[in-house]
Amino acid sequence: MAAITKSPWIIHYDGSSCNGCDIEVLACLTPMYDVERFGIINTGNPKHADILLITGAVNAQNIPVVRQIYDQMPSPKIVVAIGVCAANGGVFKECYNIAGGVDRVIPVDVYVHGCAARPESIIDGVVKGLGVLAEKQAALASGETDPDVSGAYLFDPVSYAEKGDIENGDAEGAKDRSEAEEEAAK
Amino acid sequence: MSKRTVIPFGPQHPVLPEPIHLDLVIEDETVVEAIPSIGYIHRGLEKLVDKNEWPEMVYVIERICGICSFGHGWGYCKTIEGNLGVSVPPRAEYLRTILHELGRMHSHLLWLGCLADGFGFESLFMHSWRLRETVLDLFEETTGGRVIFSICKVGGMRKDIPNEMLKKMEETLRGIEGELHELADVFLDDDTVKSRLVGVGVLTKEEAFELGAVGPMARASGVNNDVRLDGHGVYGEIGFEPCLEETGDSYARCKVRIREVFQSIDLIAKCVSMIPDGDVAIEIKGQNPAGEFVGRIEQPRGEAYYYSKGSGQKFLDRIRVRTPTNANVPPLVKILQGCELADVPILVLTIDPCISCTER
Repeated sequence: MAAITKSPWIIHYDGSSCNGCDIEVLACLTPMYDVERFGIINTGNPKHADILLITGAVNAQNIPVVRQIYDQMPSPKIVVAIGVCAANGGVFKECYNIAGGVDRVIPVDVYVHGCAARPESIIDGVVKGLGVLAEKQAALASGETDPDVSGAYLFDPVSYAEKGDIENGDAEGAKDRSEAEEEAAK
Repeated sequence: MSKRTVIPFGPQHPVLPEPIHLDLVIEDETVVEAIPSIGYIHRGLEKLVDKNEWPEMVYVIERICGICSFGHGWGYCKTIEGNLGVSVPPRAEYLRTILHELGRMHSHLLWLGCLADGFGFESLFMHSWRLRETVLDLFEETTGGRVIFSICKVGGMRKDIPNEMLKKMEETLRGIEGELHELADVFLDDDTVKSRLVGVGVLTKEEAFELGAVGPMARASGVNNDVRLDGHGVYGEIGFEPCLEETGDSYARCKVRIREVFQSIDLIAKCVSMIPDGDVAIEIKGQNPAGEFVGRIEQPRGEAYYYSKGSGQKFLDRIRVRTPTNANVPPLVKILQGCELADVPILVLTIDPCISCTER
């Protein structure tokens, strides 16, 4: 089963970024950087992918999409969060509908720095991720249960929005809204 | 009438670098209706004016989009400069125009590559992006960044680019011109490419005008609404003639963009030969924007519109940006009606969608 670490397939998704990092991910695939020489191939199908390259801070509408892509990938799998937005929200941290980092939505294995991240550091991040992938593969082979499920990382956009409002000194408004939602749920 | 089916397209799709969702209502293999839904990239960054002072806001506005980042910075600086009633030194205007045209080259080469990938011509994709790296190297050499480089500031540029470097930039671009012609020949003359582009997704001149298409999308249908004609930057001084096509199909849209790549090289060469010496920035002290101002910029994808409203405070009241892809979504819905299902990815690509711009 060395095939996975010797020839990992990647899938790329833009989780609400400015697409500066996205075009750098694509630049990694093209002749200047050419990750295909390491056996890395870009695929559009999550079911064929071993590595999820995700950029951006993930907004509320994108959360289910990101989870779905992640859950469709077969184990072992790793997530590489690219750029400072994917790490903690970056320049968009204070925006009103941003989860603030991919790790609030799905588990992340490697963080790549930069705004926008340079192709060299993206390749470095993926190569570091391969080590994690090998460990996960060994763990799965020895009969451990799969730790990579997005359900363990349930992120509730409503409670996050509430926190954001409290920070802005608008705690009461947030409370009203969550109460209204509870009533609607009943 | 045969049975209608709804096929979802996106948000995650191999041809899309960014998420957009389309509900395609199809009858047999023909698309009857396309219903777009957006919002996967919305960050609400216009609201950040409450938290960033106006000089710092350039940094945020440049992150509307990573592809046309410089243009956004310029557009924002332009409205604030208008608001303050200051004018920028001529050398800074020339430098801005040069970098903006370089940005157009990088954006169009990126698009050509994505288009080639869209119809499965992998090696053409690789070649477009290989040539694009030359442009990115020029960015890195002159500004320090590959895709996002905060070199524009309110009042001018953060740093000067020496004349020798500009000369070298022109030489490098002239050096890849031959290779660009080879690339253009494949896009414009190759039978396999033409079979996917010619006559597909026709947008007539009237439709383009009524639906408010902008940029290469409108120019491919013969609508001349290039904002560069109003002479922003130094386009008035260096003389500029927009690239127009008549047929309005995917092939025309491709042709307009290819012609614009070569035009950008000529414009950069003209700027380099005419650039005056002098300061690149003026100092702005103790002044805050008050009142409203609107600035327009011709981005690689078309007209972008920037509005700013200030009340003499450090924080602006409002920033509003209308980006070209936003204006090009109604024409996209129009050209998708009646097309074959297999042509949908290419038609979506031919508007050069930049979803990050659209939703901000």
